[in-house]
Amino acid sequence: MTPVLQTRNLSKRFGGFFASKDVSLSIEPGARHALIGPNGAGKTTLINLLTGFLEPSAGEVFLKGEDVTRLAQHQRVKRGLVRTFQINRLFAEMTVLESVTLSVCERLGLGWNWWRPVGDHTAAIDEAAELLATLRLLDVAHTQTRSLAYGRQRMIEIALALAAKPQVLLLDEPAAGVPTDESRELFETIAQLPREVTIVLIEHDMDLVFRFAERISVLVGGALLTEDLPEVIARDRRVREVYLGEALDG
Amino acid sequence: MTPVKLDLSPLRRAAAWHWAEYAFWLLPLVAYFVFPKNLALLSQIAITALFCLSLDLILGYAGIVSLGHAAFFGLGAYAAGLMAKYGWGDPLLGLAGAALAAAAAGFLTSFLVLRGADLTRLMVTLGVSMMLYEAANKLTDFTGGVDGLQGVDIQPVLGMFSFDLYGKTAYWYSVAVLFLMFWVARRLVHSPFGLSLRGIRQNVGRMPAIGAPVNARLVAAYTIGAAYAGVAGALLTQTTQFVSLDVMAFSRSAELLLILVLGGTGSLYGALIGTMVFMAAHHFLSDINPQYWQFWLGAALVLIVLFARDGIMGLLRKLSAPARTPS
Ligand SMILES: Nc1ncnc2c1ncn2[C@@H]1O[C@H](COP(=O)(O)OP(=O)(O)OP(=O)(O)O)[C@@H](O)[C@H]1O
Ligand SMILES: [Mg+2]
Repeated sequence: MTPVLQTRNLSKRFGGFFASKDVSLSIEPGARHALIGPNGAGKTTLINLLTGFLEPSAGEVFLKGEDVTRLAQHQRVKRGLVRTFQINRLFAEMTVLESVTLSVCERLGLGWNWWRPVGDHTAAIDEAAELLATLRLLDVAHTQTRSLAYGRQRMIEIALALAAKPQVLLLDEPAAGVPTDESRELFETIAQLPREVTIVLIEHDMDLVFRFAERISVLVGGALLTEDLPEVIARDRRVREVYLGEALDG
Repeated sequence: MTPVKLDLSPLRRAAAWHWAEYAFWLLPLVAYFVFPKNLALLSQIAITALFCLSLDLILGYAGIVSLGHAAFFGLGAYAAGLMAKYGWGDPLLGLAGAALAAAAAGFLTSFLVLRGADLTRLMVTLGVSMMLYEAANKLTDFTGGVDGLQGVDIQPVLGMFSFDLYGKTAYWYSVAVLFLMFWVARRLVHSPFGLSLRGIRQNVGRMPAIGAPVNARLVAAYTIGAAYAGVAGALLTQTTQFVSLDVMAFSRSAELLLILVLGGTGSLYGALIGTMVFMAAHHFLSDINPQYWQFWLGAALVLIVLFARDGIMGLLRKLSAPARTPS
């Protein structure tokens, strides 16, 4: 099977410092893949390179076999590669329903439509409302994003990405800063996504990682240390040394 | 499909006309009968309102700050003036020519404002308008330079309504053009395109991540804003049958920004109401004492920027909104 997402010797240099170093990664369709590593390991940088948020200093990115290294972010989104952000990037003054409708409209190619009101694009609005129902956000549909609790805002972060109907979804610490019970709900939602959606997850909470992932890549100092099944990673000496430390002993 | 139990009407009907809007658009009619001696001023208000609307499209919606918007106003003014001078005096044709000229300039310079943040944009727009001003100043054979463009001969509107001494035609023509252009802008801001502009203003970094081509949208918005400004400039030329160099002056750009902030950005009506309040106040106060006018204007600006960020529209919204219970 062709990997749905692949990188070849991907590197990113900031001055003399390598935030990503020679990363060659291959993700199968339908994968539940976790990307772990200590703070500053280059996880977010890797996602930035994959999505075109940053330009690589060297190397290539392939999406469904196509070289997308030179494509702009929105062009990669159009091809099914969608991300969420570690730090919320939301539309503060829009209602939740408006935000998600905006994302749906962009996916449906309505973004250049300048004559018919958004309200008349019923298919887009209905789809947005359905997504809110799935994510249990209906009660805040008409609430301004900025006045929501942080946990709910984190959910909107994901809703905006899902509205783009990703084939590959890159989640950058989706539950960071979310209270435990809400974070469980959030991960249930992620776990229930259909297999057509390939998921790459960055997460620091090892319980969550091992519950979710079927494959794990470990980044250290910008480079890929190892990649394997969760049980192999859990036993890997080097991984324990550089990253997990005591976390797995208990 | 699962049926969703949610009242969608707040979004579905977001573009419906509010009763206050109908009331607002009766004002031009009322003003005509209440101030029959001030039609020239009223026409100026309508023209400036259209100009301000054009800035609101790029600043209030797309989030592009500009200190040089008069460049497009001036281009439109000269385009319409030159067309009329050389035998193309039909007003509507003049508007179209002005819109095209300004849109072309807007399109070309839009690529300069794509890069960089607010300060860069302020300087780039200011720089472009200074260059155009100087060009108009130096090309005396063409523009008349500081003496202004003479010999602007405007034909009757639609071949029927000639511009009269009392300014009646000028007034109704300006109001009609303002209303039509407002109506189109209102459609635009409520469309998915308009929603994407609000998205860009509120979080430009997120837009590419949901698949929106940000630069292309900004180019489009800036071009449209320039075309609107060009039409406003053309209206000034046609209703005064003259073009003076100060159509492109920096002070016009700065004053416009001030008016928009006063009225409130991002609602279209803020641009219109801000213009009305500003020009009426200017008219009444500067007669009494020009120095005081500047003083109070400055004070109002400082107060608004510090305490009422959404301007007059923000205040009106606060007054009209029922006290909301936090959810
Ligand atoms: N734009 C930038 N300019 C300079 N250095 C950067 C830039 N972006 C990231 N870095 C550096 O690159 C390294 C990797 O950062 P990155 O954000 O990818 O880490 P991370 O693995 O996501 O960490 P965390 O778990 O804290 O989110 C860090 O040392 C960071 O300081
Ligand atoms: Mg990170």
